[in-house]
Amino acid sequence: MNEPIDVVRMLGITKSFPGVMALDDVDFTLRKGEIHALVGENGAGKSTLIKVLTGVEQPDNGTIQLDDKLVQVRSPEHSQELGISTVYQEVNLCTNISVAENIMLGREPRRLGSIHWSKMNDLARNAINRLSIDVDVTQPLGNYSVAIQQMVAITRALEILSAKVLILDEPTSSLDIHETNLLFDVMRKLQNEGIGIIFITHFLDQVYEIADRITVLRNGQLVGTYETRSLPRVELVAKMLGRSLTELDAMTRVRSRAEDTAEKQQLVEAKGLGLARSLEPVDLELYASEVLGVAGLLGSGRTEMAGLIFGIDAPDSGSLVVDGEEVTKFSPLGSLKRGIALCPEDRKAEGIVGDLTVRENIILALQARYGWLKYLSMQRQNELADKYIQLLGIVTPSPEQRVSNLSGGNQQKVILARWLATNPKVLILDEPTRGVDVGAKTEIQRLVMQLSEEGKSCVFISSELEEVLRVSDRVAVLRDRKKVAEYSGDVDDKTLIQAMAGEA
Amino acid sequence: MKQTSFLGRLRRSQAFWPLVAWVLILVFDAIVEPGFFRLGIIEDPVYGKHLYGNLVDIFNNGAPLMLVALGMTLVIATGGVDLSVGAVIAISAAMGAVLINPALGNQLITNEILTRNATNTPLPLIILATLAAGTVCGLWNGWLVSRAGIQPMVATLILMVAGRGIAQLITNGQIMTIYYTPYFWFGNGYILGLPVSIFIVAGVLLLAWLLVRKTAIGLFIESVGINAKSTYYSGINEKNVKLLAYTFCGFCGAIAGLILSSYVHSADGNNNGLNYELDAILAVVMGGTLMTGGRFSLLASVIGAVVIWTFTVTVYSLGVPANALLAAKAILVLLVILLYSDYTRRLMNRVFERRGSQHDAAH
Repeated sequence: MNEPIDVVRMLGITKSFPGVMALDDVDFTLRKGEIHALVGENGAGKSTLIKVLTGVEQPDNGTIQLDDKLVQVRSPEHSQELGISTVYQEVNLCTNISVAENIMLGREPRRLGSIHWSKMNDLARNAINRLSIDVDVTQPLGNYSVAIQQMVAITRALEILSAKVLILDEPTSSLDIHETNLLFDVMRKLQNEGIGIIFITHFLDQVYEIADRITVLRNGQLVGTYETRSLPRVELVAKMLGRSLTELDAMTRVRSRAEDTAEKQQLVEAKGLGLARSLEPVDLELYASEVLGVAGLLGSGRTEMAGLIFGIDAPDSGSLVVDGEEVTKFSPLGSLKRGIALCPEDRKAEGIVGDLTVRENIILALQARYGWLKYLSMQRQNELADKYIQLLGIVTPSPEQRVSNLSGGNQQKVILARWLATNPKVLILDEPTRGVDVGAKTEIQRLVMQLSEEGKSCVFISSELEEVLRVSDRVAVLRDRKKVAEYSGDVDDKTLIQAMAGEA
Repeated sequence: MKQTSFLGRLRRSQAFWPLVAWVLILVFDAIVEPGFFRLGIIEDPVYGKHLYGNLVDIFNNGAPLMLVALGMTLVIATGGVDLSVGAVIAISAAMGAVLINPALGNQLITNEILTRNATNTPLPLIILATLAAGTVCGLWNGWLVSRAGIQPMVATLILMVAGRGIAQLITNGQIMTIYYTPYFWFGNGYILGLPVSIFIVAGVLLLAWLLVRKTAIGLFIESVGINAKSTYYSGINEKNVKLLAYTFCGFCGAIAGLILSSYVHSADGNNNGLNYELDAILAVVMGGTLMTGGRFSLLASVIGAVVIWTFTVTVYSLGVPANALLAAKAILVLLVILLYSDYTRRLMNRVFERRGSQHDAAH
């Protein structure tokens, strides 16, 4: 085997922001034709490292070599000229124009001054064929799933910007299993063509499935770069967390605690609750002191179900009884008053109010419940903010920090705090650990169990079976907008997967 | 130490930049036109002794704009815009004039009637009706935006165009001259030697400030402007928040219409409050409220309006003809945009940081 060639070599990269050492003397190399996973908890410095490589930030210290040539990446545009392309979690393309237009944007072939449409479509078709995916390039991009949109973004990066280095920033967060596999096929293909891929993800399974090497960062420092084959999974997690694994171990299966404590109080009863084109009629009961896990793939109706119970949408069939009273007016405010809370799936769009401070975000729902006239005193607001910052371990320099400056995991905790402040009886958590680092994930899981022990009824929606099994007393499985099964007591993930996939 | 922290707080407050702009213009005036700041006391046959001078004019003439800027601030903070305030001013002014008009209907207006210094309606009723007219306009805008779900720019464009027509319908297509002295007090009167309009602005500012900062309304408005969906998911009725903002804006337009028609002794459907919406938007932007919504400062917007009028008075006192005013204003807009650009801000932040204050660069 011949000596691997380094496409990117970053040496001694140091970058500090006021009060924070974001990167401290970090080395990173990317070889030609390798898939290199970049992992670490939130705040580890992954995104800063990528920002330095793509010219968004200038390093205080350190050098970058591309193909053995010393370069200074001046701006994101410059990095693209150098052959470094990034595809982000949120696809930043235009969904209302065609796939071909998206791919060729800015480089449209012209004839007599106007766009040569047929030629453009041909070029785009050829480009996308490189990834062997089946797409009609004349369709609007919005007609396709997020996965396909991501592929289109990759195609654009490769074709138009002729990238040698491709950075995939959490590309799989919003993909289901099938789509993820599709993406992995494409990544392997590109790998064979000699493109170096930096793959940022929170999913360890995927790291082991596809990455050749792993670089672990923690608190802005390099922990090390390892061959995937020679790094057992437990060790990787330990390196990411910088702590022993006993804490995690202690947590699995605490759930098998006795359910014998008399009969549980029923809080919510849904009978045939459904909405056309959204959710087939569902029967569901929620009890105090219990966690109901909801397992289901993306698009299985799990988010829609949460939305109906919380009153985002009004159902067109069935009934919903909360605390013995039938719900007639569906609205978030109504649910809030009934003691139902929802931490929504899309944290950025539906959860946080980015420019407001941590304090204001925390008191928002409670204030909504009080109404506009009874404004919480500043003292009360500060007390609440301090209380929940401490209780949930929210990492923020101050309650007056803008919430958009916090890491994903901490934003999630702020939303959790917002709802806990209203003292809900039923807490629905839709993918509360998505895009959250391993440490915060564990904390959130533990918190959910703790809340249920305090008497709350929790609904825990997640696409990660492992955590659903870990925290839940009962598990409901959804598939194709239908509730297909419900299990209590002992279940294993195999049973769940079969139910989710629809195999007997 | 205490002073540094005060300066730091001032610099981070939204009022800082409009204040800088205002001081710059005043410094310019002080150099170019030493007489600019001269104040005097004059004896008026109707209103008695009062202060006069450029500074008084700025606040007196600028009062309608300041009021409109107050309402516009809340609307823009919700992420919207109200293009109809100029038309709302005209409607309110027309409403006031038509109620005063001693010759209702199509009765011929004779000199005898006009010089009677009489009114058809008691003054309190006139004021109420004027304010109600503007408030209803605001409700209409708010309904279109929040309930019918129409884009704010399009929704308020309807009234911007239709409003001047409505104003003319009210006055029967006439420019109505008002001959009722008590009504003139709002735009021309004085309290303690200062123009009445200043007190009205101060009153409305105080009222609005209490409304938004001593209740949760301000927080709700900012929250809606930043992320309406998250706000709705948090249990806040974001539609009512928007409705309130537009209604308040209409109310402010009505007061402005009252003062303006009182000041010029007439109601002219075509020209009352012409282009006020654009000046108001400029004032709000100068006050540091983003057009996309979110954080706002009422005081900063009022200072923004003061800047615009200081500029206007400066231009006039330099002898620039009135018809060149718009061109001069364009320069102001250009300066404001440059001053507020990210580039300038970074530059300024760097200058401030070098001064030794080690506040974070979060801005």
